[in-house]
Amino acid sequence: MTPTLPPPDDKTSDASMSRRNFLRGAAAFGGLTALAASLAPLRQLEDFSSSEEFLQKYYKELTPDDMTKVISRIEREVQKEYGIRPHVRDLKPMDGVEFVYCLNLTRCIGCRKCVHACVNENNQSRNPEIQYIRVLKMPHGSMDVEKGDHTYEAKSVPEKGFFYMPVQCQQCQNPPCVKVCPVNATWQEKDGITVIDYDWCIGCRYCEAACPYWARRFNFTKPEIPKERLNPNMAYLGNRPRKQGVMEKCHFCIQRTRAGKYPACLEVCPVGARKFGNILDPESEVSYIMREKRVFIQLKEEMGTSPRFFYYFDK
Amino acid sequence: MITAARNYMIFIRRCTRIAFVGDWRYYAWMGLLTVISLLGLNAYAKQLVHGLIVTGMSDEVSWGVYIANFTFLVGVAAAAVMMVIPVYIYDNEELHDLVIFGELLAVAAIIMCLAFVTVDLGRPDRFWHLIPGIGQLNFPRSMLSWDVIVLNGYLLLNVHICGYLLYCRYQNKKPGKWFYIPFVFTAIIWAVSIHTVTAFLYVGLGGRPFWNASIVGPRFLASAFTAGPAIIILALQIIRHYTHYRITDKALLTLRSIVQVSMIINVFLLVCEVFKEFYSGTTHGVSARYLFVGLHGHHALVPWIWTAITLNLVAMVILVLPVSRSLRWLDVACVLSIVGIWIEKGMGLVIPGFIPTPLGAIVEYVPSLNETLVCLGIWAFGLLCYTIFLRMSVPILQGRIAKSNEGQPEIQGDEPETAPVADPLPH
Ligand code: SF4
Ligand code: SF4
Repeated sequence: MTPTLPPPDDKTSDASMSRRNFLRGAAAFGGLTALAASLAPLRQLEDFSSSEEFLQKYYKELTPDDMTKVISRIEREVQKEYGIRPHVRDLKPMDGVEFVYCLNLTRCIGCRKCVHACVNENNQSRNPEIQYIRVLKMPHGSMDVEKGDHTYEAKSVPEKGFFYMPVQCQQCQNPPCVKVCPVNATWQEKDGITVIDYDWCIGCRYCEAACPYWARRFNFTKPEIPKERLNPNMAYLGNRPRKQGVMEKCHFCIQRTRAGKYPACLEVCPVGARKFGNILDPESEVSYIMREKRVFIQLKEEMGTSPRFFYYFDK
Repeated sequence: MITAARNYMIFIRRCTRIAFVGDWRYYAWMGLLTVISLLGLNAYAKQLVHGLIVTGMSDEVSWGVYIANFTFLVGVAAAAVMMVIPVYIYDNEELHDLVIFGELLAVAAIIMCLAFVTVDLGRPDRFWHLIPGIGQLNFPRSMLSWDVIVLNGYLLLNVHICGYLLYCRYQNKKPGKWFYIPFVFTAIIWAVSIHTVTAFLYVGLGGRPFWNASIVGPRFLASAFTAGPAIIILALQIIRHYTHYRITDKALLTLRSIVQVSMIINVFLLVCEVFKEFYSGTTHGVSARYLFVGLHGHHALVPWIWTAITLNLVAMVILVLPVSRSLRWLDVACVLSIVGIWIEKGMGLVIPGFIPTPLGAIVEYVPSLNETLVCLGIWAFGLLCYTIFLRMSVPILQGRIAKSNEGQPEIQGDEPETAPVADPLPH
């Protein structure tokens, strides 16, 4: 059959026809204008991802060649934004290495030096400030985090009757955050570090809901780092600057520890409460501690997450 | 082949046309919804520029009203199809023609769900990472990947069923059983699955004791089967009022019995949950305590949840009493249960899961203005879609847009029917 246009409505005279057409045209025009107006804020969208970034493949599918290109893109972008040429590396886990952190709760005085050293090392946003380490002030006798004070401000620490418990990503052997990520943007590496591909994360924040240690942080807005504070020694899965809308967290300072150095939080600790090393090496300090100390606490052991972060006491 | 395609194009064109004509009330309603949708779009554009910081969410409460609305609407979508059960399993004639309105509601609800998930993403530009093949869908480990699959599948199923039945109706052809009955049954099972999977999204998180309870799944279903049919009861009456489409009271009363039973189960499960959280007195119940009575001087959610409980109880009482056989009371009960369940599923389920945080900090959450506008925008857009779907399907079901009257003067949509076409939707 042949398609026929619907004939004009029965009561149509030429005049009302043109009036109706005019009204339709006006409505369509008004609608389009309103649509454009409501989308107007998008004009401020500055750093929308470049097509290179948009099309970038998943980390584990990048060939060495692709990686070189990705790294030079990141270096270019950082230089453009901060005026500093960074040194970005894609450091791989080393064979025969599994990292473990031990934290001596008898020694920790709650000075929060680690918190700030971490922010400086890992290029976190300063406004709003993102911190990976949260220090809880706990009343003597309890390991129940519900009793912890997160916002203590004291003229001098330690205060009597309290101990201090810094919490950061526990690098779980059985990490719930990895399990829930719908796009595999976060995974556990051979050396036990759970990392995030900031270029793959879609920002759904499911991992943040899943982590039993409240270790994950989200970039709710574009991170702001003063140029002069930028740490130019960067790793792809580590401290390179993040974008708005992606997840981040402690990664045991990948850019340092995979290059044979200690994490920044350990180096800054004034009382030596923090110990870090390779648990597969029987000579390492952490192996020694695990052999010699009587009690270790894995936070929320009953979760079955099996943290690689151990708390212990001297006496 | 070509003729078929051409016929289909005419069908689409006529449907599109009818969506744009109507009397002043229709224009006013659609205009209002469009304006609200655009306000929401504007708010979302701002969020795209500045990030999710324009919402009330934080690292402590990392999901808010977006996910709350999503959760509620998954329930609506699931329940809309539940109407199908009495029709196909018990051969309930009264509801027969009305199934399609339920399925269209499901389609509109899923569209809203997908919109709510999208606006919650920090990087919506990377949505393609979710597409199997080119992206990296973490299936079957991540419950969210299950949700992506079941929601999209459900959307396709319902679009197919509605589209097929309506097009057959338009051509005045008997629908081929094999083209839709298997889909209808799949859709019924699928409806249960979308809601169960969404519940598992929460239940699967061991670090959040408030969600990590097996009762969450059954409660989701019970509340969905209350709110979903309640919405349909209201929608059907609106259709009846504005379109001369014949819907019997008996059909509405059949739905009433679904709402009635579900509401009783819903309230019972609530009692079970409250008992477990409070009587045992373990520290696991802190989130529940925060929700129902407040914690250390923080009680933002307390008025909400008690409002919800009151609404649900009043609705339940009305529903079990014979008064709800009168439509006026039934409507009251429906409105009360919809609002009550919306609060309970949203404010009452999603938010307290985050308070206190796993490290014991209490940070409260209040949706921001921008966030609220985005939500209103999505709701308005969903209603806009549903209105358009009804606008197209009602005249088709009435036989006033049909292949046989192609080329004749087009209807304006709501003039009283002159020649009522009596044959019911082919079974
Ligand atoms: S502490 Fe949290 S973020 Fe870190 S590995 Fe475990 S679950 Fe993941
Ligand atoms: S926020 Fe990113 S890393 Fe976390 S679950 Fe979502 S996509 Fe994965």
